[in-house]
Amino acid sequence: MGEEFKLEVVNPEKSFLSREDVTEVVVPAFEGEMGILKDHISIISFLKPGIIKVYSKSTEEKYFVEDGIIEFKNNNLSILTSSIFNIKDIEKSKIVEMLRLAEEETNKDSISDQVKFLIDQKIEVLKSIN
Amino acid sequence: MASLDDLKKRIASVKSTQKITKAMKMVAAAKLKRAQDSAEKGRPYSEKMNNIILNLSEGISDIESAPKLLSGTGKDQIHLCIVMTSDRGLCGGFNSNIIKKAKSYFSKLSSEGKELKIITVGSKGNDQLKRVFGDKIIENISFKNSKNANFFDAEKVCKIIIEKFQKEEFDICTIFFNQFKNVITQIPQAQQIIPLKTETDENEKSVDNYEFEPDEDEILTNLLPKNISTQIFKAMLENSASEQGARMSAMDNATRNAGEMVDKLTIEYNRSRQAAITKELIEIISGAESL
Repeated sequence: MGEEFKLEVVNPEKSFLSREDVTEVVVPAFEGEMGILKDHISIISFLKPGIIKVYSKSTEEKYFVEDGIIEFKNNNLSILTSSIFNIKDIEKSKIVEMLRLAEEETNKDSISDQVKFLIDQKIEVLKSIN
Repeated sequence: MASLDDLKKRIASVKSTQKITKAMKMVAAAKLKRAQDSAEKGRPYSEKMNNIILNLSEGISDIESAPKLLSGTGKDQIHLCIVMTSDRGLCGGFNSNIIKKAKSYFSKLSSEGKELKIITVGSKGNDQLKRVFGDKIIENISFKNSKNANFFDAEKVCKIIIEKFQKEEFDICTIFFNQFKNVITQIPQAQQIIPLKTETDENEKSVDNYEFEPDEDEILTNLLPKNISTQIFKAMLENSASEQGARMSAMDNATRNAGEMVDKLTIEYNRSRQAAITKELIEIISGAESL
């Protein structure tokens, strides 16, 4: 006890994950990875494509996110995201498919630099877990 | 009076109609349960989203530099209305209620001399509106193929809206949908989503001092489009729950009416059968007497 705080991950369709025993969460915030421990100052930030790492005393879990917003307040961490999945559960073929789509997207000329940056991020992360 | 055969046919036909409406009611009831569940499950997301946006907009000091999605274009000349209806009929007043609400809003707008643009979501709304407002409908979106309301669809609608907003094709955007209260009551709603109206509930207001990373403006710029898809998704969920609720009560009524009709026809059938027997008896008796 003492070092644990509450984590809640919700996506638009349902509450994805709710745990009370996490000790550390590392999120891919827009300006770089950010580790959150208990008694962190209240913060709102948003995410870029990357991996959320959730640590508790005995376990470590990794989730892939594409985007999202995080809010930390009173030792409650809420992560709002529309696309998240546990890396353990995802099939290789799906990752390959996502990579293919992302690569197609990034080669288009019509996208803005920011979008391109985000997609490149996504590709990098997908490659790393593939 | 109709002949016995005709009556028999009518009874059979009403009975088979009753079977259909009964089955539809059952299906709607099962779907309603699911729709209600997903509406409930979706609530935390939109609530949290709202809360964060509220906090952010409180934190913004300079309203001039705020993103346009929040503060608006500064005009209110062109209104875009998103009318969300179902793709299927036979659901009582569900679609008509939304259309009625939307139409009264449209006439208010035109009496104020505002320009109107309509996007219909769901084919039933399009069918009803195109007769009168056909020239105003700029887009018709239909999700006939998706089984349940899903976020992906909401994002599609949102993308269209934001694109149009960036091209400055409208100033104010309102969505029309039915809010699910219970199975027999659905309340048609008009909700303005651009510029965003934050509902400040004084009691539940929890404005804290947050650290923002990056700064408020940038987060808001990213968050607001997401909020729009969230709002649309919420409307879609409410709508699908309402649709099933409305259909269920409509079909329940239809089943009951069909039952009443069968009873009435059966009485009439029996009566004419008896009349025919009596007539035959009289004929036999009077025939026998005359011998």
